[in-house]
Amino acid sequence: MTAPAKAFRSSSSRQPITFAFLAQVILIANSFIMLYPVVVMVLSAFKTTGEIFEHPFGLPDFTQVGNFAKVLGETAMPTYFVNSIIVTGASVLLILVFGTMAGYAVARYESRTNTFILLFFLAGLMLPLKLAVIPLFILLRDLNLLDSRWSLIVTYTAIGLPSAVFIMAGFLRALPAELEDAARIDGASEPRIMWSVMLPLARPPMAIAAIQNTVPIWNDFFFPLVFIQTDAHKTLPQGLTTFMGEYTTDWGMLFAGLTIAAAPITLLYIALSRQFIQGMTAGAVK
Amino acid sequence: MPVSPNQARTLKHRSWVAFLVVPPLAFMSLFVVYPILSAFAYAFYEWRGLARGDFVGLTNFREVLFGATMAPTVWNAFLHNVYALIALMIVQNGGGFFLAWLLYREPFGFRFHRIAVFVPVVLSTIIVGFLWKLFLNPNFGIVNQALYGLGLDSWAKPWLGDSSTALGALILANAWHFIGFPTLVYLAGMQRIPPEIIEAARLDGTNEWQLLRSIVWPLVAPSTTILFTLLFIGAFNWFEIPYVMVGLDGSPFGTTDVLGLVFYRTAFGNQSASIQNFGMGSALATLIFLFIVVFASMLTLWLRRREIQF
Repeated sequence: MTAPAKAFRSSSSRQPITFAFLAQVILIANSFIMLYPVVVMVLSAFKTTGEIFEHPFGLPDFTQVGNFAKVLGETAMPTYFVNSIIVTGASVLLILVFGTMAGYAVARYESRTNTFILLFFLAGLMLPLKLAVIPLFILLRDLNLLDSRWSLIVTYTAIGLPSAVFIMAGFLRALPAELEDAARIDGASEPRIMWSVMLPLARPPMAIAAIQNTVPIWNDFFFPLVFIQTDAHKTLPQGLTTFMGEYTTDWGMLFAGLTIAAAPITLLYIALSRQFIQGMTAGAVK
Repeated sequence: MPVSPNQARTLKHRSWVAFLVVPPLAFMSLFVVYPILSAFAYAFYEWRGLARGDFVGLTNFREVLFGATMAPTVWNAFLHNVYALIALMIVQNGGGFFLAWLLYREPFGFRFHRIAVFVPVVLSTIIVGFLWKLFLNPNFGIVNQALYGLGLDSWAKPWLGDSSTALGALILANAWHFIGFPTLVYLAGMQRIPPEIIEAARLDGTNEWQLLRSIVWPLVAPSTTILFTLLFIGAFNWFEIPYVMVGLDGSPFGTTDVLGLVFYRTAFGNQSASIQNFGMGSALATLIFLFIVVFASMLTLWLRRREIQF
């Protein structure tokens, strides 16, 4: 006899074999639909445009890396790439620094203003900043930040900060007070307690906040489209539209460009899929 | 008078807490609160390019909702947002629910399928949009190529150029991009259901469909609340996929026009006709915002009522 808890998972007597079979067929078909377009994209990147048109589904000669060489050597793609790394890195860093500061204050110090501060960030969590893009545009122009990477960094920090504050505050609040008290008795200052006692324990929520923000910031297209004009300041998604416009008929180049743009985040996801899934669904899974 | 040690401690303590709290709050005030409040204010002014003109009251709102030039475009786009919302609710969230149910039993290859379904979610919308634009190309795209290969020549179409299929193609591209998200959120919701409940139902001889309808669906209501609210907000902010795949004008003939595109054209102009109207753009943004806030709150409250505590 199987244990009851196992019985419902393995499709035993109650479940006709056809159901499990059907489920497997659907899952395989679905995974095929999810992955095949990505596979075709990568395969096409190794083909010439003529080969793509004649044998769209065929396997390419993988030694033929001319498209990649051209994308990396003759286009501004490397610049876009570096810009994306700078913008995403700086934004996530600022989100973590500000998020930890505010989250720590709210979580570890009693204050009458705490509720107000949390409500303030809650409002930020609810309001889509996309719809305030016109005033943001004018503000950034007045601050002389328009058409610079800073315009994106401050915008992304503003969007990501509220959720980071909640993630950090939620975690830090759960840490026992004894840790702090022991350090206080030893005469440690408040900054020292935060830096050396509490923050080393807060790496897991920082990782969640970092992943949750990295993917949407790395992928964002809307704000660069509005704020950035100069080619040298464009990020990858926006640069990709410029690139796609320039090489419309050279499909080999187009697929190579898409592959290069998709590669870093996809590889990172495959390496860290558990953390990615946890981080990206963190807001929707209690 | 000397400061007592206690007072000195509180002063020091207070400045330390202020040091932690003030910079993030100041940052949020400048880059979130101020722009959002201004967004409402700007809608009541006339704008000439980047310069603010006279206070014009509700004129911009009236023009957006009822004006002869603007209103037909806005309502046409709004309708497409509604279509997208309904279609994505069924395909994306509904499909995600069924996929989650298949994954829930952890069948053979569970880990692989779970990772595969989430791959498109991590890709940029721009990549997804361009990829499907190339795949849907009438002559050389793999979709039509596959149809020719299967001898279904009559099914091949210029998918994005045909008024009857363009919006549907955008919706399916979006569903391909995001279906992994509801799938894994629902899966997490299902894994929180106490296994005894499902097992008891099985022992009572409940069939698969009844189990899904009467037990699993009600018990994952918290996931449904979040997913439908997020989809609602996303559907009325829809911009990237249409922008990349069919362009700023919602071609062909405005059949794929959505509010996000109308907003962008109004506020920042398009390449062909570079007219900027920040007043009308702000009015449209304000209306979209109010619509989302009012209906998303109502939707959330209504969905919350059906959540069961267990």
